[in-house]
This record gives sequence, structure tokens and C-alpha cells, in this order.
Amino acid sequence: MQSFVIEGNYGKEDCKMKNLSLYVHIPFCTAKCHYCDFLSGPKYMQEKEEYIETLCKEIGNRAQELSREEKIVDTIFFGGGTPSVLESEEIKRIMEVIKERFHVLQEAEISLEMNPDSVTKEKLKVYKKIGINRLSIGLQSANNEELKVLGRIHTWEGFLKSWNLIKDEGFTNVNIDLMSGLPGQSLKSYEETLKKVLELDPPHISSYSLIVEEGTKFEQWYGEGKAQGHRLPSEETDRRMYELTKKMLKDKGYERYEISNYSLPGYECKHNEGYWTGKSYLGFGLGASSYFRGQRFQNENDMEKYLTLMEKGKDPALDRYTLSQKEQREEFMFLGLRRMKGVREEEFYERFQISLKEVYGEKLQILEEKALLKYNNKEGSWSLTEFGIDVSNQVFVEFL
Amino acid sequence: MDQSKIRNFCIVAHIDHGKSTLADRIIEHTGLLTSREMQAQVLDNMDLERERGITIKAQTVRTVYKAKDGEEYIFNLIDTPGHVDFNYEVSRALAACDGAILVVDAAQGIEAQTLANVYLALDHDLDVFPVINKIDLPSAEPERVMEEIEDVIGIEAHDAPLISAKNGLNIEQVLEAIVEKIPSPKGDKNNPLQALIFDSLYDSYKGVIVFCRIMEGSVKKGTPIKMMATGATADVVEVGYFGAGQFIPCEELTAGTVGYITASIKNVKDTAVGDTITNAQNPCKEPLPGYKKVNSMVYCGMYPADGAKYPDLRDALEKLQLNDAALQYEPETSIALGFGFRCGFLGLLHLEIIQERLEREYNLDLVTTAPGVIYRVYKNNGEMIELTNPSNLPDPTEIDYMEEPIVTAEIMVRSDFIGAIMGLCQERRGRHLGMEYMEETRAVLRYELPLNEIIYDFFDALKSRSKGYASFDYEIKGYEQSELVKLDILINKEEVDALSFIVHKESAYERGRRMCEKLKEEIPRHLFEIPIQAAIGGKVIARETVKAMRKDVLAKCYGGDITRKKKLLEKQKEGKKRMRQVGNVEIPQKAFMSVLKLDEN
Repeated sequence: MQSFVIEGNYGKEDCKMKNLSLYVHIPFCTAKCHYCDFLSGPKYMQEKEEYIETLCKEIGNRAQELSREEKIVDTIFFGGGTPSVLESEEIKRIMEVIKERFHVLQEAEISLEMNPDSVTKEKLKVYKKIGINRLSIGLQSANNEELKVLGRIHTWEGFLKSWNLIKDEGFTNVNIDLMSGLPGQSLKSYEETLKKVLELDPPHISSYSLIVEEGTKFEQWYGEGKAQGHRLPSEETDRRMYELTKKMLKDKGYERYEISNYSLPGYECKHNEGYWTGKSYLGFGLGASSYFRGQRFQNENDMEKYLTLMEKGKDPALDRYTLSQKEQREEFMFLGLRRMKGVREEEFYERFQISLKEVYGEKLQILEEKALLKYNNKEGSWSLTEFGIDVSNQVFVEFL
Repeated sequence: MDQSKIRNFCIVAHIDHGKSTLADRIIEHTGLLTSREMQAQVLDNMDLERERGITIKAQTVRTVYKAKDGEEYIFNLIDTPGHVDFNYEVSRALAACDGAILVVDAAQGIEAQTLANVYLALDHDLDVFPVINKIDLPSAEPERVMEEIEDVIGIEAHDAPLISAKNGLNIEQVLEAIVEKIPSPKGDKNNPLQALIFDSLYDSYKGVIVFCRIMEGSVKKGTPIKMMATGATADVVEVGYFGAGQFIPCEELTAGTVGYITASIKNVKDTAVGDTITNAQNPCKEPLPGYKKVNSMVYCGMYPADGAKYPDLRDALEKLQLNDAALQYEPETSIALGFGFRCGFLGLLHLEIIQERLEREYNLDLVTTAPGVIYRVYKNNGEMIELTNPSNLPDPTEIDYMEEPIVTAEIMVRSDFIGAIMGLCQERRGRHLGMEYMEETRAVLRYELPLNEIIYDFFDALKSRSKGYASFDYEIKGYEQSELVKLDILINKEEVDALSFIVHKESAYERGRRMCEKLKEEIPRHLFEIPIQAAIGGKVIARETVKAMRKDVLAKCYGGDITRKKKLLEKQKEGKKRMRQVGNVEIPQKAFMSVLKLDEN
């Protein structure tokens, strides 16, 4: 068996053992959504079998390089694409390889992303059986017209059917993805979506305001100065949708724990929290990102090249670089501040053996004066203010 | 040296009519240069010049031609700069010649610059003969152009060589015409030295290399010389000729020849173009006529984008000035831009050339303020100030009146665009002097225009309104009293000194309004609302608002791709670096040039 060398420093301060997270990228979709710029789509479908083979091989190869202690996994995330388009046998196979090669903790959070149209009772039963305990559904909107504009292939009614199946199968930890600021969306229709969704009491809601990304159909249609058929809501409406999200979710007992994530107490997504807190993770599959032993790297994002590299027994990871102390501090700040809890002075000191004040004191003070950051005396922590959340990039760049 | 075998001449043409290409062909055909040695254009040796197709500094070359009569002739081809900004330099180069070749494009015919340059040559009593170039073009109309030359300029054109400089067609005819039609120089080598400086160049080994035409007398190594206007004196170290791209030392330069002198002179300021060199111990009676002190016409502030680069900018300007006596600069401080220089130029093209050379050759990132002209401010106490920086304008209560420079302009235009161009001149406060039809379809419009109305985008406006069928030439006429005001720009209630400009009272409101609109586009949204105001003497005349930023979030962070996220943030940070902090507002560098783009759309 071939092996990959995972370079990196085994720095002493990193020795404080934290468990590992795994991300598995499933790039397949039944259709490409018009706003989506991820590495995904129906075009990869023909390579599905070879891809899964390769993915399993990659998981095995990587695991070989890890010490026993490093292999303790407490979160797994199947993302995409649409992992639920895989046959249940296929997802089972991947899960088996992971369990064989890593030590997956009993209480591990294992999430899978799905689309309302690809849910079947049979698949759900298999998910349950192999340990998947959290589902994330890309609903985006409860308005069928808006769904059509997005290029989604499901309807609200179809979603409801899937939702009932999920509930019937006993999944309790479920996220619903929503989007605001959609072409043709009105404040009223968005409110309608929120109402309908909240009636279902999902324990977790992610709400994104649409960003027109480069290279998407949406860019062609709604890019700067363009408007095809529908219009993007005005800035004013977009902001009102955002305010509405905050208010309605708060009233229903949801807590906003990250810029775009809301949950009922105890239902925060542990896997995503790991990204914000500097936890180690390994990503498998096309274009997947990893952070391991203080090093960031990312797999080849061209399907053909990815498969060829793996076939030749080469490492599919590119752009490896070890974060300097300075970069680690930067990340600690701009990732940590995404969480509403913010960053704790004590944690910073533990990690870097230098006080937060000494490194960023001046910046923090300026940002506090601008009402972008606030200091929590009790916790000894810094976090974004409401205004700071709205313009968080302006805050983050200050730490670069 | 036998004066009858010397021909000192230049080539005059409108830009792009093929002056430099013809010069190359002449050099090639006179055989002193192999094809291999030829750079694309031998005479234009600065990269920038080649890119723009403009000759900035005159280059001169001496070649030997064996004519059909069996004799060898020495050709001194003096190249002249081809732009109105360098009018004075052109006039001095012409004064060093005995004749000129007029190159006219067979398709385009006579243009404004053609006329201006020919008249300048005729003013210097040069014998001018025409050459019709680009006859290989399908649109060439040599017959029409010949007639035009005879009608408009009044010189014989029907025996003009019909050539294609590009393809080397009929170049022999040009060479023979040079021998026949250009008079040989006069002057007595036994008279006291009298030499005309028509250019100079700074060389770090030799010091200033002075380009001159010996009118009377002679000069050689050891001759004590004196520059009659600047008063500088020195002992000659070396004299010589201009080879193609190199200096060839010789024994002596005598009356009628063109060559160079070095004398360990440290600064081109001592060897002003147009000055007369004489023998310090045996001086000539009087200097040659026509010397003028070169004055900068256009001023702007130049600041390093990175404040720490101020010494680099100073060094770069110092070096450029060694070779360019027309470039002036003095340190100034702007509240908005920090430490920089107020720089003076012959014109807008000169400004652009210097700016590009600073950025390219010296790798400097510059913030340039809007260019302005020199205003004369007459104060109540009788004092007169020459104002080059709008922020130095005295309090209006101290001002009696102000004057601005006026030019006389000739615009040659196809008749169907006359209305459009007259409209443009009207908007620019032009005073119509007259119009003449050169032929049925073309006319010359003559206007008086304030210089400050043409230094911005007049060329562009002219081009677009005439669909490219207009050409333009001007010369400074003098100063006239004018109703001028200073327009101040306030950003977030703070006056930004670098954005102030002087404008005619009647266009102040309109300019102020458009300036605010333009700045609104240029200034990114901040965390707070930013009022942008235009004011005259504290009275706000226009206002726009940059709305506060309400959203700047990257919501998605998928699959732990932190690197991508960081790259986006880094890009954002890079953008911030290219801003200038004024008060608590960050202003992009290009906003300081906004005033230049007020007439867009």
C-alpha cells in the first residue's frame, strides 16, 4: 500500500489533544442550481463509481499516516453537492471505510446534507443504521416560484413529504437551509417562508443572504447592472429580511451562535464550530480542505486530475502550507469572531502564550470605539456587536 | 570641412504621418548603419516614446550620403519633438537647421500640426520641400494632397517625392532632394564662436552633453566657453558628431557643423535650450536671437502613494530633471496626501510622460492631483502672486482680481463637424476668431481659449465630437483678467486640500455638482454616511451622500475552506491600502484625478 507523507510541525503547544473532524465531499447533484459555485453538479455523475472507489482509497491512505491518538474522530460531515443522491449502499461503503480506518467516537456528530427530492424511506433507514445522526436539508425557500428561479428541482410540497419521512424515521437533529435576498423575493414572501418553516420546529436553521457568485448563471442574469425577468430585492428590503430573520427566530427561542447559524439550545453544529475554533480536520474528495498539524491544504479540484493523481498513488493535496504563528493568531481572531461567543482572552493566551491585548490591543480598542466589537467582562471575551455582525468583513480585515 | 557638402535639416510632420520612419530610412540608405544595428526606430530611443510613437527629446544623427553627382555629403538630421507642449524646443531645433522636409500623409493630407510646424519652419527662414508619404495606402490621394499643400501652404509640391517610408519606396528621391533643395550652411570659422544649443543630455560619466549648431567660429578641446544667457562657463573636454545611437569624438567643430560639446557641466539648467555658446576669451558681439526661458505651463501635485517613498520620489525627480530642464518641482505638503511635490510641466503630455516614467522606470506608485495652470492673483495691496497650487489662494477679501493664461488655438476639422466643435469651444469659454475653408470639406477654426479649459480632456472631447476628424494646435497668447473662484471639496465636512481647484465663476456650480457625483462613485461606502460637498468661500453649492455601509458579510464558508475566505479578506485589505485616509474617510487614489473626468458621458 502506498503512503502519503503528512508533513508539518508537531509543535508542543498543539499537543493538547483535540479530536479530529472529517469532511467528505460528494460532488454529485441531479441539477446544478443557478446560484451555486461549489464543486458540484450533474456533470460528475458519470464518474460516480470511480469517485467513490477513489474516495475510499484516499480515506485509507490518509489514515495510515496518523497516530492512534490522532485518529479519534468526533464529527463527520458529508457535504456536497448532494450526498443524498448516492445510493444507500454507496454511502454505507464510505462510512464503513471511515469506521474501519478511524476511531469514530460513540457520541460523534455525523451530518449529511440532502435535498428534499432525493430522500427516500429506504435511504433514511440506512443512514440511521450507519450512525448518521444529523441531517441538513437544502430547502432555501418555501415559495415554489422562488425555488424555480434558484434552479432547485423540489417544491415546498415535496419538501414536506421528505420532512415527514425524516421525522418518522426518528431524526431529531435536523437543519434547514434558507436563503434571503432572492430574485423576485418580497419581504412578505420571505416572511411566509420563515413562518412555514418555524411551524415545523426544526432545531437548527441556517440563513444566508444571497451572494451573486462569479461564474454562476446568477452572475449572468443578476450580476452588476443586470436584471433578467426578476429583480434582486433592494438593499433596504434585503436588510429588512435579515432583521426579520433575527427577530422571528429569536422569538421562537433560537439562538444565533454564528453569523448565519441559528439553533435551539444544544443543537449547534459541532462540525462547523470546529472550523471556527482551530480544530483539526481532514477533508476527503474533490477539492476538499484540511487543517492538520498546523498545516492547511486542499485537494485538487479538477475531477480528472484528482482521479489521475490518486490512481498514480500521488497525494491529491495541493497548496500545502504551514501557518506561521502570526497567521494562526489572525485565523484565531477572524474565525473565532464569527461565533457570537467571540474569542476569549484566556483561550488566546493558552494557545499563543501571549496576551490578546499585547497583540491586538490597539485594534480591539478602535473596533470597540467604532461599536463593531464589544467586551464581555464576565467571560473576558471579545465579540461582534449587532452592527459588527452586519459588516463583519470590515472587522476581520483589521486582524490581517 | 567644405561647407558646401553639409546639409543641416529636419523633418516636420503631423503626428503619425511618418516622420520617424522616414528618418530611419534616410539613416539606412546613407549606409552608415547596417540593418542589424537598426532598432525599430533609431531616433526614438526611449521605450516610452516608442510605445506612444512620439519623439519626446530631439535626437540628432550625422550620416554620409554619396550623391548621384559622385560627391559625398554630410547630412545632419535634427529630429524635432512632435508635440505642441514642446513648441519652444521645436523652434530651437529648427533654428539649428538650414532647411526642412515636410512629410504629409497621402491619405490624411494637411493637419493642424503640419501647418503649425511648417509655419514655424518658414518663420525661421528654412527652405521647405514636401514629401508625400504612405502612398502605398489604398486611401492615398497624392494628387489631392499636393494641391492642398500648394493651396494652403503655398510651396511647390508637384515635384514632391511620392514615397512609402514604411516600405522604403522612393527614398533615393528624398536623398537627392536634400542635396538639391536644402542650402548649405554659411558662417566663418575665423569669427568668434557662436553656437546654438538646441538640446542637451545628462550623462553620468561625461556630465551634460550639449547638442549645438556652430553658426560662427570653431570649438575644440580646451576652448573656454560661456553660455551667454545663463552665464555658466566651462572648459571644453570633448567635441564630436552624432553617430546613430553613439557619440563620435572629433578634433574640432567649425562653422556650419552640428555636433556635441562636453565640458564637465553638472546640470542641464546651465545649458538652456536656445542659449548661445561663445568663447569666453573671445566672445561674439551678441547672442543668437530667439532665446526664451522655458516656463512650465501646467502644474500638479505628485505624491507617493506610500508616504515612506517620499525620498525615492525626490531622487527620481532629481534624476529626471538632469535631462529635462522644463521639469520643475518643489516640495509641498498636503493635509490629505502628506509630503509630495508641486511639479511644473510644459503641458499635459509632458506631465503624463513624466508621470509614466516615474511609475515605470522608478517603480513609484503615485497619487497625482488634478493639473492646473498658473494664475496671476493681484491683491489689494498691489502684490501679485503666481498661483500654482489652488490651496494657496489668498482669502477672497484680499484679492483685487485674477488673471488666467489664454491660448490661440487652430482646429482643423472636417466641415460636417464644424458645428460640434464650435459647440465644444463655446462650452470651454472660447472666443471665436475666425474660420477659413482650406478646401470644400475642411476648415480651420481659430479660437482663443483659456488654457485651463484645454488641459483636462479637451483632446478627448475634440476627438469624440469630431469622430477623430479634427486636429488641434495652440500657442500661449498671454494673460487675461477672468472671474475665477476656488472650488473646495468637503468630504465628511472636512475640506480636502488636494481636491480644490480653480474654476470660472460661471461653470463653478456645474463643475461642483459633477465633482460631487463623481466622488460619490469613487468613494466606497464606509460604516457611516459621508456627505460630499462642493463649496465656494464656505458656501456649499452642491452635495451628494455616500450612504453608510449596511452589509459586508461573507456568509458562506463551506467545507472548511478557510484559505479561500482569507484570500477574499486579503483582497479587501489590499484595496484599503490603495486609499488615502482623510479624517476618518478612506479615499481611493484615483479619486484625486476625478476632476479630469467631469466631462465623461
